This record gives sequence, C-alpha cells and structure tokens, in this order.
Amino acid sequence: MDTVMLARIQFALTTIYHFFFVPLTIGLAFIIALMQTLYVVKKNEIYKKMAKFWGHLFLINFAVGVVTGIIQEFQFGMNWSDYSRFVGDVFGAPLAIEALLAFFIESTFIGLWIFGWDRLPKKVHLASIWLVSIGTMLSGFWILTANSFMQRPVGYEIRNGRAEMVDFHALITNGQLWVEFPHVITGALCTGAFFVAGISAYNLLKKKHIEFYKKSMNIALIIGLIGSLGTAFSGHAQAQYLVKTQPMKMAAAEGIWEDTPDPAPWSAFAWIDTKNQKNKFELNIPYALSYLSYSKFEGSLKGMKTLQAEYAKKYDRIVGKGTNYIPPVKTTYWSFRLMVGFGMAMILLSMIGLYLWKKGRLEQSSRFLKFLVPAISFPFLANTFGWVMTEVGRQPWTVFGLMTTADAVSPNVSAGTVLFSIIMYTLIFTILAGVMVYLMVREIKRGPVEHQDANSTVSIDPFSKAGV
Amino acid sequence: MELSEIWFVLISVLFIGFFFLEGFDFGVGMSTRFLARNQKERTVMVNAIGPFWDANEVWLITGAGAIFAAFPHWYATMFSGYYLLMLAVLLSLIGRGVAFEYRRKVEDARWTNVWDWVIFFGSMLPPFLLGVLFTSMLKGVPIHKDMNMEAGFSDVINIYSIWGGLTITLLCLLHGLTFLSLKTEGEIRHRSAALAKKLVLAVFGSLVVFVGLSWLMTDIFEARPILELIIVVLIVLAVGLSYFFISNKREGMAFTMTGLGIVLTVSSIFVGLFPRVMVSSLNKAFNLTVYNASSGVYSLKIMTIVAVTILPFVLGYTIYSYYVFRKRVSDKEHLTY
Repeated sequence: MDTVMLARIQFALTTIYHFFFVPLTIGLAFIIALMQTLYVVKKNEIYKKMAKFWGHLFLINFAVGVVTGIIQEFQFGMNWSDYSRFVGDVFGAPLAIEALLAFFIESTFIGLWIFGWDRLPKKVHLASIWLVSIGTMLSGFWILTANSFMQRPVGYEIRNGRAEMVDFHALITNGQLWVEFPHVITGALCTGAFFVAGISAYNLLKKKHIEFYKKSMNIALIIGLIGSLGTAFSGHAQAQYLVKTQPMKMAAAEGIWEDTPDPAPWSAFAWIDTKNQKNKFELNIPYALSYLSYSKFEGSLKGMKTLQAEYAKKYDRIVGKGTNYIPPVKTTYWSFRLMVGFGMAMILLSMIGLYLWKKGRLEQSSRFLKFLVPAISFPFLANTFGWVMTEVGRQPWTVFGLMTTADAVSPNVSAGTVLFSIIMYTLIFTILAGVMVYLMVREIKRGPVEHQDANSTVSIDPFSKAGV
Repeated sequence: MELSEIWFVLISVLFIGFFFLEGFDFGVGMSTRFLARNQKERTVMVNAIGPFWDANEVWLITGAGAIFAAFPHWYATMFSGYYLLMLAVLLSLIGRGVAFEYRRKVEDARWTNVWDWVIFFGSMLPPFLLGVLFTSMLKGVPIHKDMNMEAGFSDVINIYSIWGGLTITLLCLLHGLTFLSLKTEGEIRHRSAALAKKLVLAVFGSLVVFVGLSWLMTDIFEARPILELIIVVLIVLAVGLSYFFISNKREGMAFTMTGLGIVLTVSSIFVGLFPRVMVSSLNKAFNLTVYNASSGVYSLKIMTIVAVTILPFVLGYTIYSYYVFRKRVSDKEHLTY
C-alpha cells in the first residue's frame, strides 16, 4: 500500500477511536453538571451521589479522550504536511484557538472539580463542572470550524500557492459549521444520555439502588429525547445544505447515478453496482427524496454521472485530467442509512421510555430495560457512521474543490514509517480499550457507594529496595 | 517589530512555559521510582501534581497549535521530519495521561505498580525526546529546497542532541524535586531536598558541557554572542542560587531558581534560533525563518487579537487553581489519584 492509503487508514483509525470518547465526554459533562446543579438547588444528597458516580465513569473516559486528541493535532503535520502547508494559514487558527480557549478551561477546571470536592465552596465547585462542560462544547465548535472549512472552504484567497485567510468572520459564520455543530452537539448529548440510560436500566433490572438509577434514568431519557430529536432536525438541515454545497456527496449517499425524475423517490435499500455505475435493485419510496432535499414534493437531484462531468469541467484544471470525483459509493450510502437508522431508534426509545415513566411502569418493563442496555452502542455507531459518511463522502477531496487527498500527504514520510505508527497506535488503542472497559464495568458493579480511600492500607512496593 | 516576529516570541513563551510547568510534573513523575519508598509515598507524590499536570500539558498542545497557525511551514517540516520522535512523544504522553487517572482505580499493588512504571517512563521520555528534538533543530537538519526535511538517524540522534536531551531531563528532574520539597510534608520533603542538593552538581556539570558543545557544534554564539553569554551567566547564577536556597531550606526560592534554570536554558535555544525557526544543514538558503515560514499578515493579526484577549483569563484561572491547591500534600488527607 502507498503512503496516501496508509495515512488515510491511520486518520480513519485514530479519528474514529478518538470520536468514541469525545461525544461521551461532551454529553456526560453536561449531564453531570445538570445533576450537580440539582444537588446544589434541591440540597438532596442523592444528586451529589449521582454527580460523583457518573463523574467516575466520566473521568475514565475523559482520560482517553484527551490523550487520543493530541494525536489528531500532531497527525496533520506528521502525515499530511503538504496539506498543513497549503491551508495552515486558515486551518491552524481554529486549532490554536481551540487549545487556547477550550483546552485550558477544560484541563484547569477538571482539576479543580476532581480535587475540589472538599476544598471549594459549593457554588464555585459547581461552576467548575459547568466550565468543563462549556469547555468541551467550545472545543467542539472550533474543531468543527476547521472541519467545516474542509467541507466548504470560505474566507480565503489563493496566494503564494496556498490558501490564505482573508475573512475570519466568514470562517465562523460558515453555513456548513452551523448545520454541523448542532448536529454533533446533539449527537453527543444522545451519547451521554444513552450511556446513563443503559447502565441505569441494567441496574434497575438487577434491582440495585433503585431510587438512584430511576432518577438517573429520568434525566437521561429527557436529555435523550431532546438530543435525538435535535440530531434528526439538525441532520435534516445538514442534508439539505449538502444538496446545495456538496451534491456529489449527497448523490453518493443516496446511490443516485443518473439524474432523478421529478419528484424524486427515496431509496430505502439499493443493490449498488459501482463497476457498471448503476443499481441492480432499488426499494423506492416515491416523492420522499424531493421532500427531504427541498422540503416540497417536487424537484429532481443530479446523479453522480452528471456531477462527474460537471466537476471535471470545473476542477480538472486544478487536479488534473481524468480525476474520479465519485467517492466510495457503497460506504457512503450505507453509512448514511445506518446513521439515520440508529438515530431513529434513539428517538423511538426515548419516547417509549418517557411514556413508560409517565405511566409509572418504567421499572417493571423489563423488556424495554433489557433493550436499553445494548442501545448504549447506538449513539456510538450513529456518530461513527455519520463521520464516515462526511469524510469518505468528500473523497477525493481533502479540502473540497481545492486540494485532493493524494496531494495532501507528507512527501518525505515513507509508507513503512506510517505503517509502523499504525501498528503502534493499534496496539496502544487495543490495550486502552480493554483497560477502559474493564474499569468501567468494575465501577458500575461497585455502584454508587462512597469510595473508600485506598491509601489507608500501606502497601510495600515489591520493586523498591528498603532504605533507598 | 513584525507580527511574525511577535509570534515567534509568543511561541517561545508557550514552550518555555511548557518546560517550566510540565517540567516539574515530569520531574515528579521521574522521581517517583527512586524517591518513594512505597506505594503510599508514591501516591502522595502523584497527588502533589494531580490538579496541575493536565493543564500543564496544554501548554505543549497550544504551542504546537500556535506553530501550525502562525508558521505552517515550520509545523509541516518539523512534524513530518521528526516523525518517529513525535510518535514516541505521543505514545509516552498517552500512557502517562491515562496512568495518572487509572493507577488507583483498582486496589491492587501490582496494578498500581504497572501504571507507576508507565508514569516513570512517560515522564522521562518526553522531556528527553523534546530536548533531543530542539537541540538537533538548533544544530541543523537536512532541509531541502522544497522545505521538506529528510533526516537520517545521525541527523536527529548525535552527541549534541543526546546531551541536550539529557540536560533538559536532568533540569526537569531537579525542578520536580524542588517542587516536591515545596509541596509535601515530612519524609518525602526532606528526602527530595537532599536529593535535589546532590543533583544540582550533576545538572551544573551537564550544563557546562552543553554550553561547550553548543560553542563547538552550533552557531548560536556567533549569531548573538552577547545575549547568549548573558543567558549563560544567568543560568550559572540561577543554578548556583538554587543550591544555596535548597541548603537553607528556602523551598519556594529553590523552586523558583530551578524553574529559572529551565526558562533560561530553553530561552537560549529560541534566542539562538531567531530569526530562523529551523536550520538547514545543507544550505543556509534553505533555512526556514519567521519570514518565509509564516502565515499571512491577516491571519496573524486575527490570532494576535484572540491571544491577547484570552491569555489574561487563562493566566488568571491558572493562578487561581495553584492558589486553591496551595497547601502541602500529605498522606493524612484524602488522596484522589
């Protein structure tokens, strides 16, 4: 395999892994801040217990999120140096601002929160978890500002052979950013909510700490419904936006080869044949795609073949004749459907949960509770498929319309070096995942009890020689 | 002064801040392995840096981000050129970061011990590797006309860079020990002070050799002889005074002086570099400088406004957090990590 392919695999691997932890961090920080607010307002100790228990799980996850995030920042320079040279002027700024504005807040106030339970006044301590929550969202905002530039470059001019920033305001008002940011944040809320809901369901089934987990579940279900509905609406807005700005991505996500009839049907299932550029079988719902794309029951969409011709005319002079502008269609098509499917399932689950709660039947509905446990994975899967669709669907571009992925890679790094680092990351990630799951399960089994100090027992280190 | 020059200074400040702050928690991490007599003592030491290490690391992340934004060519050349070194830094920081959080999550001596080894290596390798990186950069690496760096083993790993890495590591260790004597009570406090007192001499010797090697193998004393000599004199003074303060049990001052030693040493590297950001060993014309590696004026202007607005707040709450956790740490209280 060549360096480009390996660098892409590494990017996919590290980003997907990193993005298991980020949404859970954002979602849980918000939920914990909410619980602690209830504690400070209602003065009910159970909410303090909740903030502490979920806080323990949060910290186990937070640690991995932070350390895998550093890889992302360094990776642009290590694997994609020509990309960094070309867009650093524009792309670097949001990254630097993210560190300055968000990471410092997160890392300082997480320290104050963890170590401050007995040292800080209640309200200051509450403020620190809210600042952590705000910090995680700000971090999301700035990294998505950078990502949105790659999806839809704005506020730049090509000078001296690179993209130079000319309008910062355009960067932060990028239409792409304002459909992407709410989508990611609401998705993150879902992740936190279904995590809390699933673990609570598991314990309610075991009839452990019923009062504690019931209260946790209520909060989770409300956030889950807000989050999943928000994700659906913002996702819909994003899709409509993409029809205008990245029609090829949407055509691939819908498996449209030829221009659609007017009104356009939506395919729920398609047997895609990329070699002959057609679908062997389609299960279509009439009118639906027109409505999804334009909010009315008319209008057609361009197919990939038409778009290929259009893109060739427009971009061949930048990237060379004969470039294939069609992304991996099957991956894009199925990622899109899986994302939407898991999203819909989450809306349904939150609604059923809230209904059962209202009827006072939640703890008795063991079938529903049993379903909530594996549903912890739904938001993680939806998040991952969402990013796969977004990033794979953008190929062959790194920066849409400006730079291809093949041109972005470091010219001075060998394939062997990249492969070696992939192996190292995979090794470390596997160990980390194992340890993390082990710790989470332990913590969950222990439940919301006051944690005893381990330092009351003196243990002699077998490696140290006495008297050193 | 041009904006790109200002950003060179700002980035220097970020890295100097990083080595000053994370320097002591690297030092504490390193010394856990031989200063602590048992796991309980090690726990006290780790908790002394508990609330700070994460924010300290952000100085590095911000420094790297600032290089990306202000000097994209510097960022691209350095990060791709030092690929394997960067990978090693990343892996060390990953291990170390989770180790703090996980070391006492299972109440089992072996479990904690394994993570404490990770903390040890994760605290020793980054300052060493970054020391190697910065000193080899100062000496010069093969950067071609197209700004890409193609370094062989000896371009990165040579006597000068290894000595540079060693010196930075020793400085961090010393800084960590004075921090421990300032932040702990009882046995650990005395033992760390006693070890720091011995270590000062080693640090001093290492610095003398480093200055000598710099004289022979780099051009920093040709480029700015007076300024560099002043810095060298100040380093000698700071390290000398740290010995004096440690001996007199003035722990706050001792910590300030070891910190000053780090600040001055790292400053000497950036002073020696300027206005270059990376030195080409092939041809002077291929050097990356603050002028040919920087972002456009508009971008720098925006970044300057943002930095000037946010930095006071960052410094404000950083100081607040050190104020909140100003007390000495001992095994008599609740230990979080």
